[in-house]
Amino acid sequence: MSERAKEILVVGLILILSIIVYLGKVGGWIGALAFSPAVSIVVIILIFLALVWMLVRTLRGQLLDRRIVFLFVALAVVLPFFMSITQEIKISPEVQQLYDALESLPPGSKVLVSFDYDPPSAPELQPMAESFLRYCLLNDLKVIIMGLWPQGPQQADLALQAALADPRVQQKNLEYGVDYVNLGFQAGNEFVIQRMGANIESMFPRDYTGSAYRDLPLVRNVKNFSNIDYAFNLSAGYPGTQEWVQVAVDRYGLWMGAGNTAVQAPMMYAYVNAGQLEGLLGGMNGAAEFELLTGLPGKGTKYMLSQSFAHMVVIAFVIIGNAAFLTSGRKKQPLGQGK
Amino acid sequence: MITGIVGAVFVLQYFIPHWPFSKMNAWFSDWFSIVAAFAIWLGALNLMKISAQKVVGRKEDWGYALVIIFSFLLIVIPGFAGGQGYREAGTFFSWLYEWAYTPLSSTMFAILAFFVASASYRAFRARNLEASLLLIAAFFVMLGRVPVGDILTGFMPVGWRLSDLASWVMNYPQAAGQRAIMIGIALGLVSTSLRIILGIERSHLGGE
Repeated sequence: MSERAKEILVVGLILILSIIVYLGKVGGWIGALAFSPAVSIVVIILIFLALVWMLVRTLRGQLLDRRIVFLFVALAVVLPFFMSITQEIKISPEVQQLYDALESLPPGSKVLVSFDYDPPSAPELQPMAESFLRYCLLNDLKVIIMGLWPQGPQQADLALQAALADPRVQQKNLEYGVDYVNLGFQAGNEFVIQRMGANIESMFPRDYTGSAYRDLPLVRNVKNFSNIDYAFNLSAGYPGTQEWVQVAVDRYGLWMGAGNTAVQAPMMYAYVNAGQLEGLLGGMNGAAEFELLTGLPGKGTKYMLSQSFAHMVVIAFVIIGNAAFLTSGRKKQPLGQGK
Repeated sequence: MITGIVGAVFVLQYFIPHWPFSKMNAWFSDWFSIVAAFAIWLGALNLMKISAQKVVGRKEDWGYALVIIFSFLLIVIPGFAGGQGYREAGTFFSWLYEWAYTPLSSTMFAILAFFVASASYRAFRARNLEASLLLIAAFFVMLGRVPVGDILTGFMPVGWRLSDLASWVMNYPQAAGQRAIMIGIALGLVSTSLRIILGIERSHLGGE
């Protein structure tokens, strides 16, 4: 079979798989597929044995093809979706700090949420966005949404739809413009934040739906950051948490926490330790911990098993790679290039 | 001169937040938002121009340029045709965003997992002391940041489990390193900004 035919075959398979997953998601039957705990454990043992076998092969001098690594990463991410086993999640201090800050807010407090990310980061940030909004709406906190990234308000809209679909939220008969509002996107990066410090309306004269700022009861009397009780920034890069801390927190004294992708979160620890950030949710793990604290399990908790498996598999391959390196007399020959 | 005045005003308004600097800060911030909004359009139209030139001239990889034009029009036309509520649930634009744009973007990002795993396998070696320390720290953090880390070290006393070690690495050595980098970047930014405000550095204007 020619290389072109192989490529067409793979693309065709991916397309068919995508259509099946789409139909399954729309039809709702894909979520019903699940391994029993016994089958899940058998699958885990089989993967573990396969990794041990690869380690033994490597020690005997037979190096692995990189496509084997890809296959195992795919299995480690996909198979846990169907497993019905749970893991104990431990709460980290920075997540607890964010939760305590929210708990200290009296009902009716105004919470500003800035959605500064786009769909590529959604798998990590959307679970925390959904659980954060759900918590706010259930606890009578008034939510003001905005975005410094063009796709942010659209992501916020999706998260709002998920939060509003919760039966307990529906019972509250919440009203747009009174209990929550989406101000939309504004171009200008940190200059938007700076201007909001003096006058929020000047940056958002109209909301996401086109209504005038002054016609929205929730924000009519919100002039600047001094009228915001707490802020939460969901960030995947620039502009994001760093700019919010530098402008809104340092200059205007905004009290805020953040939810960041796992790659970006380490940069924020300096701000958390300095007291500039009141709490931090880092990656999917942060979302899962927040869901556990709020008692609102969601996507974060569901997908943590995949993340655990993926981390384990990567570590296993690092061990295998180092085994090959040590047994080959520390030569500088790169691995996985053979085939 | 414009760069110098705007730069100086932004520095001064931070320390003197009163008239006339407060007013000038508001003007310049509003102008920046307007210029940034135009820049988005300029970028999109420039992308279309370059892609159209590639297709018309049948240059290398012109097929990809055609896909860019098709995708651009596919998302822009429903956006304009949908009126004020074009993003509302149930609209074609919303369907495209949720079921085409989001999965495709997420897929591109998810490919990183495979590259990271492959790169770790091929290059993450305990070659010397520094690399070994990095490797050990990576082990602690990668396992400690997921629940399985505590399951594996459940027999250890509280405070010595992998999640505790990962937290220690993140809060002390990692945060100290980050602070050093951030302070270095800030000092570099201050010196570069001063050079731009004073007109010594003019590369942003296309000069030397």
